[in-house]
Amino acid sequence: MLNGLSVGAVFALVAYGLALVWGVTNVKNLAQGDLVMLGGFLGFKLAEHGVHPILAIVPVAVLMFGFGWVLYRIMIRRVIALDLFTSLLATFGLAITIQQSLNLIFGPEVRTIRSGFGQLELFDGSVEITWIRVIAFGLCLLVATAMVLFLRKSRLGQAIRATAQDPRAARVLGVDTDLVYSLTFSLNAALCGAAGVIVGMIWVLQPFYGIGYSVRAFVIVTAAGLGNLPGVIIAALGLGVVEQYSGFLLGAQFQQATVVGLLLVILLWRTMLLRRQRLALQ
Amino acid sequence: MSARQKLLHLALLAAGIAAPFVFPSHSVQFAVFWVFVLFALTWDIVGGHMGYNSLGNILFFGLGMYVCALVQIGLVYDIAEYTAANGAIRIDFTDRQYFEGLALGLAAAALVPVIVAALLSRILLGLRGPYFAIGTLGVAIAAAELTNAWDYVGGGQGIAMPVFPGAPGMRERFFYGACMIAAMACYLFLRWLYSTRFRLAINAIRDDEDKAEALGVHTARYKALAWCISAFFLGIAGALFGNMTGFVEPLETAYPTLTFGIFMVAMTLLGGKGTLWGPVIGATLFYTLREVTWTYLLGWQYVALGLLIIVNVVYFQQGILGWLRARRPRWFGADAS
Repeated sequence: MLNGLSVGAVFALVAYGLALVWGVTNVKNLAQGDLVMLGGFLGFKLAEHGVHPILAIVPVAVLMFGFGWVLYRIMIRRVIALDLFTSLLATFGLAITIQQSLNLIFGPEVRTIRSGFGQLELFDGSVEITWIRVIAFGLCLLVATAMVLFLRKSRLGQAIRATAQDPRAARVLGVDTDLVYSLTFSLNAALCGAAGVIVGMIWVLQPFYGIGYSVRAFVIVTAAGLGNLPGVIIAALGLGVVEQYSGFLLGAQFQQATVVGLLLVILLWRTMLLRRQRLALQ
Repeated sequence: MSARQKLLHLALLAAGIAAPFVFPSHSVQFAVFWVFVLFALTWDIVGGHMGYNSLGNILFFGLGMYVCALVQIGLVYDIAEYTAANGAIRIDFTDRQYFEGLALGLAAAALVPVIVAALLSRILLGLRGPYFAIGTLGVAIAAAELTNAWDYVGGGQGIAMPVFPGAPGMRERFFYGACMIAAMACYLFLRWLYSTRFRLAINAIRDDEDKAEALGVHTARYKALAWCISAFFLGIAGALFGNMTGFVEPLETAYPTLTFGIFMVAMTLLGGKGTLWGPVIGATLFYTLREVTWTYLLGWQYVALGLLIIVNVVYFQQGILGWLRARRPRWFGADAS
């Protein structure tokens, strides 16, 4: 349960970034998980050079922010104007490029970032959890709160939310929407980077594991519904827990299938809701 | 059909027949080319003409492959025992047994995906836009994972296919011919299909589904039918491909969502979606590019592929035919007036 929660907290970060970009720019970023892996490997590299992984989160986030900015300038900007499927496919191409480059640079081995924390024993040793998971949970909460505060209170956050609601009206009122888009995408990349370092500490890094995070982020955002931030966080924590239990009950090989199955069930459920609404209207 | 078109078709047919004799050691690679043409053509029915961008069509390819393999083996042997032995059991087929098994397997490999497509269409084709793309992608990944975990069909170990009887070198030629015939049959069928009302209906769905429905197009039926046609040819392609490689395995050969599954989209977009020749041209170009990068950029080939997709999608959306159509409308029968 606690393990599930800490995994879910990471999912929450990734899904939150996805929801942000989706809501503001209408780009469905399939490279989300690969950005996570990229951040993780950057953190891994920094940790090798003696930087403590928790401190490494900050430079990784900054680097990923820059990377996101460049990506936005060369591709995402053009994608926004085109149709929705384009964004899926273009980011899919991006996902392939990132994962394969990572594979060539770091090799297909599974890596972890060693953080050097011990075990935490609760209830007289009946429950054991590594310290780093607790810390990771706290870190995720911290980053998420910072994001929410930024969006709520700051001027830029207001501009982002305005653009999400109605880009044309925002432009009329003097918001530089292009800047908002690029900021949103870069922020998302930074979030993913931070999540990546945390993943590296509590879990494993592997160039091809990114797609799993992308799929989970999609599951979470579709389950919660767009623009429903508390929903995203609850859904993410829920998914983390469900996944832990299903992996435990059905066996680890079905874990991926469970997630995908959940996605389908949610999509179906949504279509049924829509149909019922339509019937009610008629 | 004008004389020039006839000549072009005949020339291509001749080149197709001559290819395995001129380069006998490359027959399998050439056969893969025809499979690529099939991929692009079938993807374009639903993705290009109907506007439903599926990322999971590879599902039918893998289904066809597995169904065919199971029929071929199941006709003469106990499947569970065969797969449990991990290829240690070698069945000696007589010629007649082999070809009967293959024919039945192909029939089943065409039928089962169609049935699955019809069932799935009730669920998935209700989704629109990116939800459809993600939903289909999800189904394909789930199918791969489930097959991977299902020991009865060999799980992650895969199934060794029956050995082709006959002289060495015949196998490659046989399956090359089969793939070529399948691709050409698909092309000719679609050529006829796109000259009927069917194309108008699915194009109407692409342009505005609600209006099409309001005008009396039975959209659900057309959508399901289009997807079933895709599934039919993909199933056959899968069965042939499985027999040609001689080994069926869930993640890399049967349901390669991230390679073949995306290739088909990339090829169609490269050539120009929503046309008949676009997918064929796209497949040809993509196939050539792939062979070149696989030969000269080994290791970086997937990076090159990812970049190709990005550049194609972001900067060159209309594809080669779309670009040509904009530049030279007359070639496409559009009058300047």
